Amino acid sequence: MDDLNQYQPFEVDQHLTAHGNYWAGRAGSRFYRALRDRRRILGSPCRNCRKVFWPPRSICTFCFSELREMVEIGPLGTVETFTLVTYAEPVHPRPAPFIYAVIRLDGADTGMAHFLDEVEYERVHVGMRVRPVFAPQRKGNILDILYFKPL
Amino acid sequence: MTVGVGKKRVAICAVAQLKNDPDLWHTRFQGMLLEILEDLQRQTGFRYGEGGVEQIVSVSDDFLDARTISNNGVQDVLGGQYLAEEKMAQEGLNAIGYANAVILSGHKDVVLIMGHCKESQGESRNLITNCGFDPFYGRAVGLDYLNAAGLQARAYMAKSGLTDDHLARIVARSRQWAAKNPYANARETLPPGKVKASPMLCDPIRQLHAYPVSDGAVGLLLASEERAREYTDRPVWITGFANAMDAFFFGDRDLTSNFALKKAAAKACERAGIRDLKGAADVVEVMDCYAYQQPMWMEGLGFCGDGEGARFIDEGGPGKYRVNLSGGALAGNPMIIAGLYRAVEAALQLKGEAGDHQVPDARCAVAHSTNGPAGQFHSVLILEA
Ligand SMILES: [Zn+2]
Repeated sequence: MDDLNQYQPFEVDQHLTAHGNYWAGRAGSRFYRALRDRRRILGSPCRNCRKVFWPPRSICTFCFSELREMVEIGPLGTVETFTLVTYAEPVHPRPAPFIYAVIRLDGADTGMAHFLDEVEYERVHVGMRVRPVFAPQRKGNILDILYFKPL
Repeated sequence: MTVGVGKKRVAICAVAQLKNDPDLWHTRFQGMLLEILEDLQRQTGFRYGEGGVEQIVSVSDDFLDARTISNNGVQDVLGGQYLAEEKMAQEGLNAIGYANAVILSGHKDVVLIMGHCKESQGESRNLITNCGFDPFYGRAVGLDYLNAAGLQARAYMAKSGLTDDHLARIVARSRQWAAKNPYANARETLPPGKVKASPMLCDPIRQLHAYPVSDGAVGLLLASEERAREYTDRPVWITGFANAMDAFFFGDRDLTSNFALKKAAAKACERAGIRDLKGAADVVEVMDCYAYQQPMWMEGLGFCGDGEGARFIDEGGPGKYRVNLSGGALAGNPMIIAGLYRAVEAALQLKGEAGDHQVPDARCAVAHSTNGPAGQFHSVLILEA
């Protein structure tokens, strides 16, 4: 390698910003409208596998059959696993420290990671029953659920 | 006919690795690759074109390189002009799987694999791995591979009985071995007490349970059995390779089941004609980016029973089965190519060129890798001397 002192290497600042629009899909579009307009949470049932998926989707993860139906799930759910995030990144919608939990809504067979709040971290446990707190002004994204909190 | 038990065999003829570094800010990845290329040429004297290297498989990632078509930026250094060159961005170990298939198919006889990654280049690797999630739910709530690992770690530790104490011992052992490996990133020894005193990142994962930010580059020269002796006196044979992918949505998965790893391991063993990997392997290199993953992946590979990760550590499993004598990913390899570093270490052991961490007379080695959040995707490579 070159003698660094001799030529004094230099770095240039780089910044990439890219906003874009992404179709939410057939199931996602219905999910977000129901969440934004009616504060309802929808899942996708597969009659074949007798499973209800959250987040909703158009194709079954297990048997690949097409899922056209949607059913209301939750709003109550159960904590499956959790963590306390104590580092900060610009993509975090909430400032650290905050709690993530994988939450399985009643009536669903799969979970989703979301925030847990209004609870002391020491009290959080697997199996804890929780309910969602909806944003007063909802925009049609997953943060229309602000977070979950204990019953 | 399955790969490995057929007539054709593929050899890893030569390997080269750059010392893993926390921040090679004064070198571009092209320069890092050039060092690797020259090292491989010194070892083998290989040439490009007809009768030499006719195909190149590169390994890199667009997001980490902060440009699209990341292989385009290294084509000249790899000698790729006018030759076949393809990029593996899924995970580096799969470049070996792909090159193996290219040679077994009779398409080409000599393939060069070159991988690079500078984790230090971006503001944070967590921003990169955040983009590994779906754009609607996972990305939007801020998930990345680190906090996903935190969610998996809690679930696996509850299942297996692993404690903060076990994790500290795993990290301390990794550093002891890394001190013997001149290519490792984090080589200073670390007493378990210091690991336990390091701050939490995402409970139960502490700062020192996570692999350090790393820059590196790695290369391998592969050849058919007929051509291997042109490049080496000590070929290392690829006898089994397989990969498997778990469900896309994080919450669909049983985070403690090792679903994909068990499938990949079973398929790789079937191809290698190995019934009992635990009895057959002389050395194992697993991609343990976080301390809890070392016993968890060893469980997935079948070296201990389901949910017996803590017992595996208590009974000295990592020493008994010679796990990660390079220091492992815990001592610092960049993502995307950490699996290639595993393969390079495994090959060096079988060649008898692993220096201070050499296992006497190693005949069979396992190299493992993973990508995707919390072990969504796994690959297993079996090598034999
Ligand atoms: Zn189904």
